[in-house]
Amino acid sequence: MIVSNLEIIPGRRVAAHLGMVQGSTVRAKHVGKDIFASLKNIVGGELKGYTELMQEARQEAIERMTREAESVGANAILNVRFATTSITMGAAEILAYGSAVRLEQA
Amino acid sequence: MGQFLDLALFLLLLATGYVVGRVIEQRHYASIRLRERRYRDVLAFPMRFTPDSVTPQQAFLVYGTVVVSADYFKTFVAGLRNLIGGRFRAYETLLERARREAVLRLKENARAKGARLVVCVRFETTSISSGWAPAIEVLAYGTALVPLSADVRSMAPAAAASTRNHAFELSRSLPGTA
Repeated sequence: MIVSNLEIIPGRRVAAHLGMVQGSTVRAKHVGKDIFASLKNIVGGELKGYTELMQEARQEAIERMTREAESVGANAILNVRFATTSITMGAAEILAYGSAVRLEQA
Repeated sequence: MGQFLDLALFLLLLATGYVVGRVIEQRHYASIRLRERRYRDVLAFPMRFTPDSVTPQQAFLVYGTVVVSADYFKTFVAGLRNLIGGRFRAYETLLERARREAVLRLKENARAKGARLVVCVRFETTSISSGWAPAIEVLAYGTALVPLSADVRSMAPAAAASTRNHAFELSRSLPGTA
């Protein structure tokens, strides 16, 4: 499975377009992390706990998108985009979407 | 008495934020500058198409992400700024640091997987704060390309062994990046 935000992969040809696929996840922050983060807000700098959380969430969104692409018989997802929205205090939705295609050697 | 304690706490937080925040920021900048030199051999571009000189063997998504928070002093100054308007200098440096850090992590990710070229780099910035102080997530993502070894040979016959030279030759062969 090729996952890329390019529209064209050199050396490959799109044999079939299979529509849009997406994967998303909504994550909330752990209370402990939240308390630590509010302390960290006094001195500033990176909030490592949040970075890890967002990274895990994004990975999961990509995995869900990939599974959807597999289910429609794609071997690549092109033009992948990310979107993040904070829904309420302390919860964020992470979305990954792209075009599922079947590629073949040009 | 209570009001005096409140004021003392506020001033203490302000001073802590200013002093510790400054130290953290300066250390972060030093680390960013150091790593930017170290990852200079990984090229990242925002263009949508792969350069003609590269036929990639592999193309895969890479990304770098960071969540940063402002310190108490910056938040306070920004609050004052809101009244009179103008440049939020305190937040400008915060976002610049975050964006450079995100690109560095993207490059780190690309290099760990054997790539020296990342194209179609995009940024995304989201505020994910849950309290009074802003927490900002910056994401940088792009497509890492691992060229075929034949391309490396044709571009720089003498320097095929060295990836650093490969990146250099590549940067010269691309228009507008020399």
